[in-house]
Amino acid sequence: MSTHTHQGHDHAHDGHEHEGMLEDVELSERARRVLAMEELLAEKGVIGASEVQRLIDFQGARSPVDGARVVARAWTDPDYKRRLLADPEAALLELGYPLVGSAKLAVLENTDAVHHLVVCTLCSCYPTSLLGLPPDWYKSFAYRSRAVVDPRGVMREFGLDVGDGVEVRVVDSTADLRYLVLPQRPTGTEGMSEDELIALVTRDSMVGVGVALAPVA
Amino acid sequence: MARFQPGDRVKVIAAEMATHHRTPSYIKGRVGRVHALSGLWPNPETLAYGADGKPERDLYLVAFDMKDLWGERFDGPAGDVLLVDVYEQWLEAAEASADGGKA
Repeated sequence: MSTHTHQGHDHAHDGHEHEGMLEDVELSERARRVLAMEELLAEKGVIGASEVQRLIDFQGARSPVDGARVVARAWTDPDYKRRLLADPEAALLELGYPLVGSAKLAVLENTDAVHHLVVCTLCSCYPTSLLGLPPDWYKSFAYRSRAVVDPRGVMREFGLDVGDGVEVRVVDSTADLRYLVLPQRPTGTEGMSEDELIALVTRDSMVGVGVALAPVA
Repeated sequence: MARFQPGDRVKVIAAEMATHHRTPSYIKGRVGRVHALSGLWPNPETLAYGADGKPERDLYLVAFDMKDLWGERFDGPAGDVLLVDVYEQWLEAAEASADGGKA
């Protein structure tokens, strides 16, 4: 019998345990509900028993460094950048990044004239196929509600002051498109290699609350 | 064939809907303009309940002027916009007249 208590349903357990679960961790009501739903979906054959774990493993294998590789390639290879903007899915595959699930990816290019900021007000849609799991603040009610009303104020709190001469475009990701911001290449990086450039591309710059780091002088 | 094209003024239908949908309440009833077409997608309103989401719906990236949308709550410069994914069934043609997006 599993060690957590189920509330709200009383189906029989087959004596299985949740892999890796710690017995001394008190699960929240929401966590218990999620586990119960996962078990029911598996029992009813809607999902395979290992499917959720496989997806967790896949997302865990991605991190902002993967997005940084894509950005650095776009900075150094104009043809790649064109392909990335025109057909992001194919361009990501070139670098070995397949998208999973039904969601597709769109790339928003920041320029001298336009700065993009991404938010999901309805939930927490995020390009996990490329960047891994979103940071907690991205999922917070504060960010989701304020980014659409006061984007410049939110960005200032992240340390980014976007000038009034630059148009701010907030993108509310409400459907099945996931948005990746292509940040501007910092000045003074002309002679840098792709690997050196990768280190300048932060997660925040790919969400739009930041810009790429300046090279260390 | 998509009903709207980039640049078209569109109004988001101000319908209440108790079941799953992807139109945020803060744009319902507001006027924007089509920024880009994002292709055909399964309809999340039926997909969410186990159906196949057919027929697929055109998805638009619709631009709303920040000042129009929020009034004095927005203190940034004119020209800043909010772009929202909106499915075609939530859009209707809006008159070209400037109504401040509040019609």
